[in-house]
Amino acid sequence: MELFGQGIAWLADPANWTDPRNGIFLRLWEHVSLSAAALAAAIAIGLPIGLWIGHTGRGATAVIAIANIGRAVPSIGWLGIVFPLTLVALGRGGLGFVPSVIALTALGIPPIVTNAYAGMREVDADLVEAGRGMGMRELDVVRQVEIPVALPVILAGIRVSAVQIVATATLAAIVGGGTLGDFIIQGIFVRALDRVVGAAILVAILAILTELAFSLLERRAISPGIRRGGQTAPIEPGGVALPRVAG
Amino acid sequence: MNAGEPFIRFDWIIDNLDQIGQRLGEHVLMVVASVLIGFAISFGLALLARSHRWTYGPIIAVTSTLYAIPSLALFVLLIPITGLSLTTGIVALVLYTLLILVRNIVVALDGVPPEVVEAATGMGYGPLQRFWRVELPVATPVIVAGLRIATVTTVGLVAITTFIGLGGLGYLIINSGTRRFFPTSIYVGVALCVVLAVVADLLLLWLQRRLTPWAAAQGR
Repeated sequence: MELFGQGIAWLADPANWTDPRNGIFLRLWEHVSLSAAALAAAIAIGLPIGLWIGHTGRGATAVIAIANIGRAVPSIGWLGIVFPLTLVALGRGGLGFVPSVIALTALGIPPIVTNAYAGMREVDADLVEAGRGMGMRELDVVRQVEIPVALPVILAGIRVSAVQIVATATLAAIVGGGTLGDFIIQGIFVRALDRVVGAAILVAILAILTELAFSLLERRAISPGIRRGGQTAPIEPGGVALPRVAG
Repeated sequence: MNAGEPFIRFDWIIDNLDQIGQRLGEHVLMVVASVLIGFAISFGLALLARSHRWTYGPIIAVTSTLYAIPSLALFVLLIPITGLSLTTGIVALVLYTLLILVRNIVVALDGVPPEVVEAATGMGYGPLQRFWRVELPVATPVIVAGLRIATVTTVGLVAITTFIGLGGLGYLIINSGTRRFFPTSIYVGVALCVVLAVVADLLLLWLQRRLTPWAAAQGR
């Protein structure tokens, strides 16, 4: 148990934070910027796909099947898959940020796609009909009827994706991506367990904060008119909001 | 990675079939052990949550917090308690199964229609017999749905245990793959992980259909 004390002591030493080459501030920045970039890319790619197949119903079976296989790839597997490819394509530039951000984006897309799709599908067909009957154009139906109603489910997908990305960013250290995982992986290698435990505490806090921040956002973004009661749905394979631990 | 190193070297795969098989075996054992232990604990917690309703909130709060902790961090944080051992790996993997399993078991049992329970009571079933012979079978599809997700998740997580000296297929992905710039080992490890997840999922689906033959007509 004294290892926890050593971990806390490591965190409490300001010199460990400010080291410009291997400090906690540097690694934290790498962790957050890598995660933010990957999440932005995952949303930019996954959200339009999910909304489109949810609205039209076209290509849904194929896209969801691909997303489900994507979910069966272990988090570490994405880094493993991407890294030899970027290394061959880019040489030394294929280490670090580039393979990490590609792998994390790939990991983050499936929950966003499946949830956006499921959220749009769940929208009452009568509502959509009513919108059309009122003379709304197709794009307005999507923007003003379907998306607002589906928003809780869509945001839940983004939350799951964000937490997975932040968690898995830890593993980017093995391909030279830095991040807080660097302390853990290098630390295990050289048996500096104070660093390992200290960084693990930070990573855990960061992931929990991400979860809380997105839950809060979810709650705030939901229109009070459609806020649901405490009903919990079972978690179904290939279904909605499958949270997955990663990294 | 050496220049000209191909992505897949089939000769390496053939020469190392027994090592690959051994890692696959370790992987399967860790998944099975963790999911079984996790299911036993979750079942107990779910029964507790149903008999003492106020415990459900705290159980879900604790298990979802555990769930948000990245696996590498959780493995590491358990080292001070259980050391660099198989126990550390299994404990963490079990903790990750709890949220999904407890939640699905509780929702499944809550979802048994009251008229079914009443009919069973009317037929003379005592509470215990009613639970085993009526409520549990009716709840089975949703419980197995939870097991499927927990199992697929665990298949991916076992790979991370390679950082604490275990790993199963994770050893192929990290230690002999990424660390040595050897793509063949990486791709073999990842591919087997995916195959294992899909096969496990199909096996559980098959099990569910065997356990609930009456549900076949409803498609799921």
